[in-house]
Amino acid sequence: MEAEILSIFLAYLKAFAVGGGICLIAQIIINYTDLTAGKILVYFMLAGVVLTSIGLYQPLVEFAGAGATVPISGFGYLLANGAMKGAEKGLFYAVTGALTAASAGVTAAVVFAFLMALIFKSRTKRN
Amino acid sequence: MTGRTRENYNRNYLEYVKTQDPPTKHFKNCLAAFGVGGFICCIGQFIRYMLGYAGLSGDELAGSTSVILIFIGCLLTGLGVYDRIGRYAGAGSIVPITGFANSVTSPAIEFKTEGWIYGMAAKMFTVAGAIIVFGVFSGVIVGLVYLFL
Amino acid sequence: MNKKGNTIFFENAPRITSFAAVCGSKESEGIIGSYADIALSDDMYGESTYEKAECKMLSTAISLAVKKSGYKENEVDVLFSGDLLNQIISASFAARDYNFPFLGVYSACSTMSESMLLAAALVNAGYINSAVAATGSHFASAERQYRYPLELGCTRPPQAQWTVTGAGANLISSGGRGVKIVNGTMGRVCDFGVTDVNNMGAAMAPAAADTLIRHFKDTETSPEDYDLILTGDLGALGSRILKDLTWEKGFDVSEKHVDCGEIIYKVIESEFQGGSGAGCSATVLNSYVLTKMSAGLYGRVLFAATGALLSTVSSGQGESIPCISHAVQLEN
Repeated sequence: MEAEILSIFLAYLKAFAVGGGICLIAQIIINYTDLTAGKILVYFMLAGVVLTSIGLYQPLVEFAGAGATVPISGFGYLLANGAMKGAEKGLFYAVTGALTAASAGVTAAVVFAFLMALIFKSRTKRN
Repeated sequence: MTGRTRENYNRNYLEYVKTQDPPTKHFKNCLAAFGVGGFICCIGQFIRYMLGYAGLSGDELAGSTSVILIFIGCLLTGLGVYDRIGRYAGAGSIVPITGFANSVTSPAIEFKTEGWIYGMAAKMFTVAGAIIVFGVFSGVIVGLVYLFL
Repeated sequence: MNKKGNTIFFENAPRITSFAAVCGSKESEGIIGSYADIALSDDMYGESTYEKAECKMLSTAISLAVKKSGYKENEVDVLFSGDLLNQIISASFAARDYNFPFLGVYSACSTMSESMLLAAALVNAGYINSAVAATGSHFASAERQYRYPLELGCTRPPQAQWTVTGAGANLISSGGRGVKIVNGTMGRVCDFGVTDVNNMGAAMAPAAADTLIRHFKDTETSPEDYDLILTGDLGALGSRILKDLTWEKGFDVSEKHVDCGEIIYKVIESEFQGGSGAGCSATVLNSYVLTKMSAGLYGRVLFAATGALLSTVSSGQGESIPCISHAVQLEN
């Protein structure tokens, strides 16, 4: 029982450290360059794709769990992983694999954004 | 004194401006990004455990986790909370998947005044569209490379 | 000859007969709050979109200025106005409510001083009797057009400024009482190669310095001759740069210089630089400064609003930011 609690605690700690670390790297890049949020998201996603395709991201996911999948680089991991798995099945799946794997995220973003737009209005800011 | 003809003065001026810049609070920014980013990942980990207890596993588990996180991101954006977190946390709230949700939802809410089709729907991916475009394109390349290797 | 260098002298001394300002809720907490005619509690001003709210603020300011002047609406000869939105929609949409002619001007955040300069020139020349100069801006509509959606969670670098929600208008006429417009210096476009759209202060400071120095030379005055040298929206950082640039050329403005952007909010310089936008100089001038001038607290004020002439297209293509500043000299 104690061992199980310890392992859960460790999992949270790892998720915190790795996820926070990825954000920290992004923040350092933002501080020292003038990259905007949109560019940071694209670069980190691409970094996820590249690292996954050369086999470096998978160990990180196994180590840190949500710490590696929740940042946008995890989205890249999902895409590349889908493409790599698809490639084993043939040309058609090699091409469609990436977006198939990411379909949940994209669908959720579109549907929820639509619903929020139905309900909410943007509001002006004071600070 | 008009700038264009005096390239040299320009360069001096830009260097001078750099010396006048207010200091960026590196330590505070980085700490906020690390803390908030890590916290959001811990929420992700918590959702993973909960869904795991509910009997989900594999791709279904990973997909459902990100769907729930995206929902949280969208909702906080709609409530007008996420931009406040972002103002404070910087990359800590941009880089997690909730930041992606925020970048889809914020233009959708913002531009619905220009109509549902050309406003809300068309502008929805003004920021996040780049992620989909480069993601799909690089994914296809990875797939093709693996196919022919 | 009533022109020297780039400065035109108004020997018939057109007067600012009346002035009015409307400001948003964030602005009303600052220095101008008790001087503005209307302080909004709701930035939407009861409208459905931010653009409509901006337009309504502008037309409220125009109506108030006309009303306070004692002129009837059909006695006003022309309206000079502009704003920050594409195709200056706020100004032209506000103008459709009135039956006097409208001349649209665009000079970004220096629209107020350009409008006043043009209005004073026409009045001085005797073509017209009275003209309204007005401009305004709204934080949310400017943010939407120039930056990101309001709800996007992105950071604000310490160099950034905050677009003022507010509008100001004044009525310039050939006779009567009020503050005189003595002369005006037309600005030249200055571009020192600043490309950072978050650092408007640094981009605009050279234009302000250029106009101020040419004004001092043309009018053979020095900074000490003024009670107040009021720039538009340089912010804290831009103001420091302006002081350096003018000092370099032998004019020390530091004693007399006040920047509208720097005083409109409580500025913590390591976090942000102050206000910006067309409404910034318009509200400060048409509430605080002109009230104090009418009360005789300031005798001679040089008002030089500054504008950054960029668009999202030009900055997207990596162009640097050309800037301009027009000055008008006001006297009691």
